[in-house]
Amino acid sequence: MDILGLTPMMVGIFVGFGLLIGILFGFFGMGGSFLVTPALLVMGYPSTVAVGSGLAFVFGTSVIGALRHRDHGQVDYKLALIMTVAMTIGIEGGKSVVFFLDSTGMADLIISISYVGLLAVVGLFTLRDAWGSKGTDSTGRDLADRVQSLHIPPMVTLRGDVRVSGTIIFAVGLVIGVLSGFLGVGGGFLLMPAMMYGLGVPAAVAVGTDILQITISGGFGAFRYAQSGSVALPVVGALLAGSALGARIGAGATQLVEEDAIKGYFAAMLLAGSVAVAAKELGAAYGIEILNTVSIALIFGAAVLVSGAVVLAAVCRLRNDSVGMWCRLTTS
Amino acid sequence: MLGLETASGSVEAITTIGLVLVEAVVLYVGYGALSSLVGQTVLDAVGGE
Repeated sequence: MDILGLTPMMVGIFVGFGLLIGILFGFFGMGGSFLVTPALLVMGYPSTVAVGSGLAFVFGTSVIGALRHRDHGQVDYKLALIMTVAMTIGIEGGKSVVFFLDSTGMADLIISISYVGLLAVVGLFTLRDAWGSKGTDSTGRDLADRVQSLHIPPMVTLRGDVRVSGTIIFAVGLVIGVLSGFLGVGGGFLLMPAMMYGLGVPAAVAVGTDILQITISGGFGAFRYAQSGSVALPVVGALLAGSALGARIGAGATQLVEEDAIKGYFAAMLLAGSVAVAAKELGAAYGIEILNTVSIALIFGAAVLVSGAVVLAAVCRLRNDSVGMWCRLTTS
Repeated sequence: MLGLETASGSVEAITTIGLVLVEAVVLYVGYGALSSLVGQTVLDAVGGE
């Protein structure tokens, strides 16, 4: 008996995958949602549906995140407004590129290659951060100082006494918007580092502004894809049912486990996502079926591994166990 | 004709986004109630108390 066109097994898989992604989102405050589009791609959904459903899922998840943060989330409305306008225009551009590429039959290949590159870069950056590379903070600070020293009018003052060019904020938002519309990601994992390291916005303000921004841009992006029927609602619904619960578990785990202890696993997950999409493309190009299986195993395996590490680390803390074999694994 | 198609696409899109929004709010409230009901019991059980 199918549920809204999905077999009960597929519903279970999507709810389970949503749960894993929710744990990652709740714990790291970002990440995970951008695994949805590649996961749908490797499962054989057309690229427009994979991107559209990814955006709808991002919208639903960020609504839940915004509800949770509404009491203590610091939001810079000026920054959010400029970013929203720029990203909305950018998403339109990104979406047009996807539909153009779709008409030429090259969308799957190019979106996949972009994912491989982007996930690899963010993964390597996080891995370097996890290994405690000393220059990271000062490099970020230097970049923000340099950006703030550029006096391109109009200058705007943000929360935390940050004064930065509105034109630069707009340009950053535009680029992230294009990537967001092109890849079907909410932009959170690009927006957060851009606001903190690029503009020098305090972390708390970056998180609050980020969630509001993702809710708006994700909603708009999903709306545009939904207009052409490119949102698989049953898939999004099942993913959300899992992720809403996972987000609570992940957020609870942040009270118990330090993020740095798990960062290495997170970086490994991003890199695994990158290899998975590459393997799928190679498999399709050369007709090697086993590579497609490897790709699916990598994406789901990485999500299971990292969210499992988060939950295990939290359980170890609850039990005050730091010497057990499994508990030592999560903090290595 | 084209205008009608676009309008029906927009109505469908608003319905889709509305459904996602409603599901998100229902899940937030539902899981919130569930975690305040059984959250502590689960934590105690996991913590071995």
